[in-house]
Amino acid sequence: MNERPVKLACRHVWKIYGPHPERLLAGGKSPTSDQIRAADHVGAVRDVSLEVGEGEIFVIMGLSGSGKSTLVRCLSRLIEPTGGELLYDGEDLLKASPARMIEIRRHRMGMVFQHFALLPHLTVLENVAFPLEVQGMDREKREARAREVTQLVGLQAREGMYPRQLSGGQQQRVGIARSLAVEPDLWFLDEPFSALDPLIRREMQEEFLRIQRQLKKTIVFITHDFDEAIRLADRIAIMKDGAVVQVATPEELVLNPADDYVTAFTAHVPRAKVVTLGRVAAPGVPDVVAGMLPATARIEAVAEQIVTANAPFAVERDGAVIGHVTPAAVIAILIGKRE
Amino acid sequence: MTLWRGIWAALALLSLGLAIFATVPAGWLWPPEAVQVPFAAWLTAGMKWLTESAAIGPVSVKDLTRGFATLIEAPYDLARVLLVDGITEGKGRRATTIIPPLSWVAVTVAAVALGHFARDIKLGLLAGALMIYLAVFGQWDSAMITLASIVIAVPLGVAGGMAMGIAAWRWKAVERALSPILDLMQTIPTFAFLVPILVLFGFGPVAALLATIIYAMPPMVRVTVVALRAVPSEIVDFANMAGCTPWQRMRKVMLPVALPDLMVGVNQVIMLSLNMVIIASMIGAGGLGADVLESLRRLNIGGGIEAGLAITALAVVLDRLGQAMSERVARAEVRTGNWWKRHPRTTLVLIVALVTGALGFLVPALQDWPKAWEITTKPFWSNLIEHININYFDQLEAMRVWFLENLLLPVKRFFLALPWPLMLALLALAGWRLGGWRLAALTLVLSGFVAATGLWEQAMITVYLCGVSVVIAMVLGVPLGIWAASSDGAGKVIGTVVDTLQTLPSFVYLIPVVMLFRVGDFSALIAVVLFAIVPAVKYTAHGLRSVPAELIEAGVVSGCTRWQMLWKVRLPMAVPMILLGLNQTILLALSMLVITALVGTRDLGQEVYAALATADVGRGLVAGLAVAAIAIIADRLIGAAAAGARARLEGAT
Repeated sequence: MNERPVKLACRHVWKIYGPHPERLLAGGKSPTSDQIRAADHVGAVRDVSLEVGEGEIFVIMGLSGSGKSTLVRCLSRLIEPTGGELLYDGEDLLKASPARMIEIRRHRMGMVFQHFALLPHLTVLENVAFPLEVQGMDREKREARAREVTQLVGLQAREGMYPRQLSGGQQQRVGIARSLAVEPDLWFLDEPFSALDPLIRREMQEEFLRIQRQLKKTIVFITHDFDEAIRLADRIAIMKDGAVVQVATPEELVLNPADDYVTAFTAHVPRAKVVTLGRVAAPGVPDVVAGMLPATARIEAVAEQIVTANAPFAVERDGAVIGHVTPAAVIAILIGKRE
Repeated sequence: MTLWRGIWAALALLSLGLAIFATVPAGWLWPPEAVQVPFAAWLTAGMKWLTESAAIGPVSVKDLTRGFATLIEAPYDLARVLLVDGITEGKGRRATTIIPPLSWVAVTVAAVALGHFARDIKLGLLAGALMIYLAVFGQWDSAMITLASIVIAVPLGVAGGMAMGIAAWRWKAVERALSPILDLMQTIPTFAFLVPILVLFGFGPVAALLATIIYAMPPMVRVTVVALRAVPSEIVDFANMAGCTPWQRMRKVMLPVALPDLMVGVNQVIMLSLNMVIIASMIGAGGLGADVLESLRRLNIGGGIEAGLAITALAVVLDRLGQAMSERVARAEVRTGNWWKRHPRTTLVLIVALVTGALGFLVPALQDWPKAWEITTKPFWSNLIEHININYFDQLEAMRVWFLENLLLPVKRFFLALPWPLMLALLALAGWRLGGWRLAALTLVLSGFVAATGLWEQAMITVYLCGVSVVIAMVLGVPLGIWAASSDGAGKVIGTVVDTLQTLPSFVYLIPVVMLFRVGDFSALIAVVLFAIVPAVKYTAHGLRSVPAELIEAGVVSGCTRWQMLWKVRLPMAVPMILLGLNQTILLALSMLVITALVGTRDLGQEVYAALATADVGRGLVAGLAVAAIAIIADRLIGAAAAGARARLEGAT
């Protein structure tokens, strides 16, 4: 489904911890997790290949210890992968010199952290301006830019405060503003909302989607919360024991899980949250329809409209009518009937 | 119950050894000449070579040390000009003051301002009051000489310690190289530092300053490494993602984030500097330490107590200010306007300094605290001590004799009668039981070193005095700790007393003791117990307080009485912590014991002290290293025991 141009790609990336990790991969070997364990090493990331399209929200989902945090640090090269290739706009990042990496990070990457990672001795504005300060931008210019992004996340009234004077949600807004200050193309978010209360988390997810609609960054988003993943993702990669089990759209994951592990994850997800009209549309169009709806709309979003109308709707994709959907079909999905 | 088995084995070995001892030749009692190694002669020769002919390229070591001394001398001279001497013209009596040193008013105002900056006006007033105390009791000039040393030693110690700490954090190899040196430096007695420095840098304030800096630096290195490690990994990741260069990452991210932790190290450097600058009076640091030393030598009771109290006052000021600074949270105080509006306190101090300095020519009382206003307590203290000595001599003497005859002498005889191979075997056995063969090897090597130095008798006297003091300190300290943990009121009082005891430089403890009990082992014992009891109390209280609330509740629900709760729940849980306290007590006891050489003990400390008097590097260093070896053996054995106890507890829960 990926027609977008590839922004970030990784091929056969490994991260193995232990005394001699490179030996396990020598000569292009691809050890199994049992082989790694038998050699007294730990395979934190095992043979991961991914492609993230431009403007896409790509979510990496896994439980703690699945290697998702290590993977995102390999993608940003905060951790040196043991093996593999890492292409950002076609440039192999693993071959970049330290100076080149600093250059790329200063202008083309941003990252948001689970525990915010704000600098306690700087005010909100100084924190947001910090990446610009490091580049050597003069005070006036960087503060003007910092004000812009601070406004984007709605914190303009708290510019002069210190992080400890803010709530968790506000602190993460600062983290988001700071990561956007350099206008990066590629935006890493490492469990950005996991440390927040559920209500705030919800609000921040909305906020995140709003910002993304406005800025259209290429996003790698890490989470352990499957609900969060299906709310935000264009595509999801599910990780287990350092390896990627399945990469698919939320709908695909729920309807066609690759194995028992993914099935166990998706079993309790209400189908209406992920299934789109295109998936349930029946061929042909009845004579009387209550209206026309896009094939990409999720059932959850349009269920009320269809059920109250109590009449079928036509379904269109890219301007062409591809079928119809009846209230009965929608209700079947809503009450969780299997197809 | 492996512990019991170990103890039984040790006892069996001990009696066997004693039985053999009755029939074996005297070579078993103390190491014979044959097993001795002339470490001292080697070290002395090495030092001689170093000072006389060693050179790095064209620069001889002698020039190097001299250059180094000049480097430190410059800021020290500046501090002396500011605090003590001022700038004068001419010599002797005809010297005229061109620019006076900072007046007592200015220094006092500066202390108040610093207290206000660090916490609040209450702290400022306390600091100011203690400064005035120094003036009132005629200790101002000496105190300022001491302060001048500290003002220079602390920044240099902090900067050096931080630089080494950063290097150790950055490069594993540096850490590996530094770690054993730091261990050694913290266990080697303070006196032993002085001997090589005396030889390299001569007698005088600069050598003393250097000794102070070297002595106070190790904790800063450690604190820096720990503080940098404690920076959350996400923050380090952020610094990298923001595109920081390594230098930007350190200066703009790591150090500011680690600042609160680093301040704890700064506070330690301050207190250690004060302690050392007092002891370094032996190699020519003037000031309060020299006053104490002089009084001790001349048995000038009043003078000694006054100088001791002045040191206490200075210690309290420095400690409270240092602590307040380390706890100070960055307040959002954004000031705008001129420099003096942004720095009101600094401006105030500068103005007071200038005004009192200028007016001081007209009104001398503003410059120097007038002699007429000084109060001397010397006669009071002398009379008090005399009174005690006259009226309670019999009781004091009876106590002294009782302790000597019933405790000190028997233990001393026992230790001196232990055949040295047996001692080595016992230590190795203990090491093996507690920590495996590696620890056994370590204790064997270190105790073997002590045997080979030819200082066995002195070492055994050290062990006996230290052992008796530690037992007494624990017997008194643990119940005090239990009491402090069981009631808030007692806890507060005991805490304050213990904290104050801890801030006092070790020298101060000798003064009252020697006045009441004269020189000898008993005086040393009391001074060591007073000095070393602090960790016994603190760690016990802390260990008892940090027993998880759940366990206490479980005890209550099971119907424990107060006594059962203490005996069956809290104390067993606190054992690892109490063992750590014991460890600290031993280390403090050893460091104090060396200083008690001044009151006439005949142990390793005396050896160092004698070496200091004759500038005999080899003798001093070997004795110092022997003390360090004893300290390391005790530290590792008890550390292993504590780790074992903790493992058992954690395995059980």
